[in-house]
Amino acid sequence: MTSLDRKLMRDLWSLKTQVVSIALVIACGIGGFIGSLSTYSSLVWSRGHYYDTARFAHVFATAKRAPASLTQKIHAIPGVSEVETRVVRDSQLSIPGVTPPMIARLIGYDFARPAGMNRLTLKSGRWPAPGAKGEVVVNQRFLEARSLKLGQHMNVLLNGKLERLQLVGTVLTPEYIYATRGGGMPDDEWFAVLWTDAQALAAAFNMEGAFNSVLLRLQRGASSEAAVEALDRLLEPYGGFGAVGREDQVSDKILTQEISQQRVFGTVLPAIFLLVAAFILNVVLHRQVNAQRGEIAALKALGYDDLAIAWHYLKFASVIVLLGVALGVWLGNWLGNAMTGLYTDFFHFPEFHYRLEPWLVLAGAGAALGAAFGGALAAIRGVVRLRAAEALRPPAPAAFRPLMIERLGYAGLLTPAQRMIMRNLERKPLRAATTVAGIAGSVAILIAGTFWSDAIEWFMDVQFNMVQRAQVNVGFAEPVPREARWELARLPGVKQVEVTRAIPVRLRAGHRSYRTALIALADDALLQRILDAELREAKPAPGSVLLTTRLAERLGVAPGDEVMAELLEGKRVKSWLRVGGTVRELAGMNAWMRLEDLNRFAREGAVVSGAGLLVDRAQEGALLERLKQMPAAAVVIVNRTLVDTFRETSAKNVLFFTAILSAFAATIAVGVVYNSARIQLAERAWELASLRVLGFTRGEVSVLLLGELALEIAAAIPLGFAAGYGLAALLLALMPHEMIEFPLIISRPTYLYAGAVVVAAGVVSALIVRNRIDNLDMVGVLKTRE
Amino acid sequence: MSEPVFRARALTKVYRMGESEVHALRGVDLEIHAGEFIVLLGPSGSGKSTLLNILGGLDTPTTGDVRFLEHQLTGADEAELTRYRREHVGFVFQFYNLIPSLTARENVALVTDIAVDPMSSAEALSWVGLGERLDHFPSQLSGGEQQRVAIARAIAKRPQVLLCDEPTGALDYETGKLVLEVIAKINAELGTTAMVITHNAAISGMADRVLRLGNGKIVGEEKPERKLTPAEISW
Repeated sequence: MTSLDRKLMRDLWSLKTQVVSIALVIACGIGGFIGSLSTYSSLVWSRGHYYDTARFAHVFATAKRAPASLTQKIHAIPGVSEVETRVVRDSQLSIPGVTPPMIARLIGYDFARPAGMNRLTLKSGRWPAPGAKGEVVVNQRFLEARSLKLGQHMNVLLNGKLERLQLVGTVLTPEYIYATRGGGMPDDEWFAVLWTDAQALAAAFNMEGAFNSVLLRLQRGASSEAAVEALDRLLEPYGGFGAVGREDQVSDKILTQEISQQRVFGTVLPAIFLLVAAFILNVVLHRQVNAQRGEIAALKALGYDDLAIAWHYLKFASVIVLLGVALGVWLGNWLGNAMTGLYTDFFHFPEFHYRLEPWLVLAGAGAALGAAFGGALAAIRGVVRLRAAEALRPPAPAAFRPLMIERLGYAGLLTPAQRMIMRNLERKPLRAATTVAGIAGSVAILIAGTFWSDAIEWFMDVQFNMVQRAQVNVGFAEPVPREARWELARLPGVKQVEVTRAIPVRLRAGHRSYRTALIALADDALLQRILDAELREAKPAPGSVLLTTRLAERLGVAPGDEVMAELLEGKRVKSWLRVGGTVRELAGMNAWMRLEDLNRFAREGAVVSGAGLLVDRAQEGALLERLKQMPAAAVVIVNRTLVDTFRETSAKNVLFFTAILSAFAATIAVGVVYNSARIQLAERAWELASLRVLGFTRGEVSVLLLGELALEIAAAIPLGFAAGYGLAALLLALMPHEMIEFPLIISRPTYLYAGAVVVAAGVVSALIVRNRIDNLDMVGVLKTRE
Repeated sequence: MSEPVFRARALTKVYRMGESEVHALRGVDLEIHAGEFIVLLGPSGSGKSTLLNILGGLDTPTTGDVRFLEHQLTGADEAELTRYRREHVGFVFQFYNLIPSLTARENVALVTDIAVDPMSSAEALSWVGLGERLDHFPSQLSGGEQQRVAIARAIAKRPQVLLCDEPTGALDYETGKLVLEVIAKINAELGTTAMVITHNAAISGMADRVLRLGNGKIVGEEKPERKLTPAEISW
């Protein structure tokens, strides 16, 4: 080891706390990067692997009733390699002890032979015996959400007849990784997917020799769009509801969005950590170079060239970075494992698979080294520029000047101590700015990491208290005359009824198309309203359709354009509709019309397909019991239950991320504040010790140093609030958000929390530094030249 | 008399200090011969350190010409000056400029690591009488001892010239004399050309030649009739 390397080791050792604090900031950046992106790639792999092994279908379609003979024609569609037809029916489900109605999706399945597509994985229990009537397997998520036991009995309404089913096993399927009745929210407690013997199900619904659901697998490279088009044409005469490719399959779509979020988190937040680490390294190295002016001059005088000395300081930075990278890789691996585990559980992937790809480690280390060298370079340039002859002279005494406030004649307002603090800040504005920026960065990360629960709360509040104010929504099996509302109004506890009409539709504009529903509300609707992100109410203009902005963008249309609407129900009208406007709704991909416009467009009379009810909570139970007995009320949704389920599922994930991000942000805050304080202390030890000699107490001296930090923190917090707001906006903009657009809502407690964490980090740093101030060696410090 | 080691002609040096210009050297002509012991005397601001730094390749003159043996120092770039310092010059500073995180031996090893034909650290340190304190850190050494480590560090490369800027400036009388003895010994026994800057006129008794600087110029030159040993001088 050369003497210079020995110096390096001892320098590092003497600054060990600072070295570790910087390394930790780097580790958080790398850890976040590796953790999020390895989770992303592991989940993408798991999804792909699961889809492959379960032979997940490429195209999905439903129809009213198509003859089995159609299968051959479907098989003949170019690009189709396999076809599977089945019977799928939604019906009311009741379990003893649960009042709100649940929905069961019954899927016919041939348990005697392995399915060609969407294969089930048995998670517990056993398969129904072939041909056994009344035995079912259920999706694992429902069993868990409802805490059911195998062997449990439940009742479903099969074609108007109450049928008793027995739960014999639980399964996983790629088709319902997210089980939902169609909305964007998981709905595990109220929506069960049951697989039962195919023949028995067909018999129960008079669907023998027929099917109403088709799955396709395509040949490699075949166009999913072309297959969707062709399948739509074949199914049209049989009441086809429009086929979709895998990318529009609800479960896959939500899953993909959820996974993609990791990529955004994994790139945006770590970038800030590395930036802050570069800042701190820059300041620390600058300080190191300044403090070692004499040593650098001596080395130059001894004949060391600039390169050797620059390399020496670069090595100093590299050791810190490599320490940070090593910690970061460990942290990232731990985090990736934990998050992948969390998601694997959440998605119920059959296998846990976590892999840290080497390129992530290389990219993370490269980014950290790049950021660090960027930060170090300016300081090292100072080493090269330093002329040895100049460095041998002690640095010129720092130039101070009266403060702005003093120049304005208000000098009397400040005590001498305050004046020292302020002048010091004014003299090194760049360093003060760097410190402030670093602390503000940690405030921003805290806000951007934890505001999600605010956004979700606000979203839920808007969605369930302002947009959908009905407490209970009823969906009818078939359109009914508008007068049905009076019948509903007579039910127990019903205070208000509002009818709605929804028709499944495929909207086309040029080569783009999207399957959704045309929805109509009554003109005077109060229980369901169309609100934009600013909570302004919108109404469809007469004779036109009002589109959610996201849907208009997806279709590439603007107000004034026309879209081709193909109704997938009733008379299956196909006609042009004028886009009257767009509305930036928070949720859904909706197409709104006035009720009479929609019924006229569909060439139907005054019919409705659903209703929203305002009810008396005390009589809710009785109402729900009555609704269960009404065959026409095919779907009953109690909004409150949806909200509860959503809160529960999101709370667990949000808590984990908040904890991790808080730890990370506190690391940054401590890293910045502590290093800043240490540097100040080193630079001003002489001054502070002199004051102690003059009779200042330890407390008074501490105020001089820590007062400056307190001011910096005070300045950083509001800046951090603003930066956090911006960062949150950036994250929201980058997040995939087809179904739901989260609003930029940050609550006061979130700001308070972020401020408090940073203040706490400041206090901890101050206490460590205070200990050093208390132990200032008055005599020793005064003896040294610097 | 031997070939001059240093030959300087019409050296000037102008520093910019904010808005004003400082003329540190205003036309210095100088020849120094191998093995000479030169003392540079002069009040503060007379240009002594500037001259020493230029001769040692730490600084360059604004105008004029300076040569070390066959090396042209004026116009040499940073790399050439670095090589020049590395191969030929030993420096001793008033405040020692030791690396506090390295022991005496390791401070000397800084030089032996990069020099062409150095003596060992231990040998250099025993030259200055510190053979027993090899593994002490600067903070564990007295001022005089620290200065002797700095001298050991300077001579370990067997330099042709030893340039000392106020080597006793920070030391007490006894310690100062001890350090001067070491410098005289190196000059006498190794034949190293020595140049010592000082405020202290008493030290001029040790010199072969005394150059007096004032206001950036050489204002006087004396050759003592008899070179005194450090033991013989007092102040």
